[in-house]
Amino acid sequence: MPGTMLEVEGLATGYGAVEALKGVSLHVDKGEIVTLIGANGAGKSTLLMSICGDPRARTGRILLDGQDITAKPTHEIMRSGVAQSPEGRRIFPRMSVLENLILGAQAAGQDPAPQLPKVFALFPRLEERQSQRGGTLSGGEQQMLAIGRALMSRPRLLLLDEPSLGLAPLISRQIFAAIRELNEREGLTVLLVEQNANQALRLAHRGYVLVTGRITMSGSGAELLARPEIRDAYLGGGH
Amino acid sequence: MRQGPLRCQMLQNPLRSPTACVTVGTTVPPQKESALAYALQQLINGISLGMIYGLIAVGYTMVYGIIGMINFAHGDIFMVGAFVALIAITLLTSSDLMGGPAAIILVLAISMVFTALYGWTVERVAYRPLRGSFRLAPLISAIGMSIVLQNFVQVSQGARVKPLEPQVQGGIELMRDGNFVVQLSYMQMLIIGSTLAVLAVFTWLVTQTALGRAMRACEQDRRMASLLGINTDRTISLAFVIGASLAAVAGTLYLLRYGIADFFMGFIVGVKAFTAAVLGGIGSLPGAVLGGLLIGLIETFWSAYFSVQYKDVAAFSILVLTLIFLPTGLLGRQEVEKV
Repeated sequence: MPGTMLEVEGLATGYGAVEALKGVSLHVDKGEIVTLIGANGAGKSTLLMSICGDPRARTGRILLDGQDITAKPTHEIMRSGVAQSPEGRRIFPRMSVLENLILGAQAAGQDPAPQLPKVFALFPRLEERQSQRGGTLSGGEQQMLAIGRALMSRPRLLLLDEPSLGLAPLISRQIFAAIRELNEREGLTVLLVEQNANQALRLAHRGYVLVTGRITMSGSGAELLARPEIRDAYLGGGH
Repeated sequence: MRQGPLRCQMLQNPLRSPTACVTVGTTVPPQKESALAYALQQLINGISLGMIYGLIAVGYTMVYGIIGMINFAHGDIFMVGAFVALIAITLLTSSDLMGGPAAIILVLAISMVFTALYGWTVERVAYRPLRGSFRLAPLISAIGMSIVLQNFVQVSQGARVKPLEPQVQGGIELMRDGNFVVQLSYMQMLIIGSTLAVLAVFTWLVTQTALGRAMRACEQDRRMASLLGINTDRTISLAFVIGASLAAVAGTLYLLRYGIADFFMGFIVGVKAFTAAVLGGIGSLPGAVLGGLLIGLIETFWSAYFSVQYKDVAAFSILVLTLIFLPTGLLGRQEVEKV
């Protein structure tokens, strides 16, 4: 399929005896922002992690730009153009901001020098704090660092897990604006997992709804926003 | 109490009591007025012994930091390092190449390379297949590996204590007080100099290079490290290779210093280095070096002023006291940062 960045077919996986995903199929086209919404425990984070091979798919296939990456080890997947800003941010707490960023490039076999100014331009806050330890940053700064670190490897596909979680509305709007900018200016393909369905669906071109390990609905962002069952389940304001 | 140095010289087997023969200055017991000189000599002896412990302790703490296990075979890796050096020295001597600093450096290099290979193999064979297994599994495997290495060396090299003629002799006189001479031997200079050099390279590697960054990333969050593209298995292997080559340096220096090696030598020295790592704070690299120095000093001063026979008791009491009153060690951190 030309123009498809990520293709997930019938993916089932889980942890131990718990089956978190029960046959998920979705695709993300090149240059698209696709969002995955769903309640806590629906399997959203597991899906992002499983695309990276951790946990490995039990059944189904994952194709990156037409290449089968289902059986590849995690570090090889991350070296072939996928980057993730994971659940809980997972900043290296005892490394400086700068080292976290440099690692983001070097770990994927990239030179950090050309990418660093771009990340600093996107999040000027990180430049101010570059010598500070990762563990001492505020939640919003850590989120910027997690996204910045993922961008350092110059990914073709960026996986974002709840970038707005626990952030003040202003900061979360800044982060969403940054994602839009990256997509529009650099053509970056993004798969975004969110509980904040309202903001996510406004940003995304298309969306999928995940309920206990299964995709129950899909459509364009505007379509999904207009669906009454979505409004009731995910836009009820209570988040 | 004043007869410390005399008694030291008379002990037959220095391996069982390494510090017993460290007082090289003189066989004459110090007079009252030379107490300061005597203490200074103990300080020099303690530091050079402590550096050997520190080099081994770094290997314990590094592996613990990355995969959270105590590598009980590490003391035996140190022993293998001493034997590789012994073989290298024997070969060089028989081809008339031994003698001079270049030969010593060559011996160190040979020992590091071969011992690193052992370290890599131990991890590959005995620990990696157990990754993701229950927590105790690699620990038991490590004890097994320790026995395997000891028996392998015992069978292949013989069970007897191997003597080595002194390779580095002489020294410089630092001060003379009455008839007590404070001496810094060339051997001690070699120990201190090569340890500092090796640790400087190691520090640079860990703090400044991409490899060191990858190692620290694995230590802080292994899953995230692989999510950035780091081959964590390879990084863990490298930690074992580096730890083993540091232990090889320690083994070579120990062999040159005390002139003997046997297949069981890794046990006591290994447990002392482990004590050093715990005292410094397990997981902390500077802590391992600090702990090594402290254990070396405590052991030396204890032998010099109290009783040589009880020096191991003194060293291991430190382990017990540390675990009871300071479980995180001197430079260790409390486990609060885990996200």
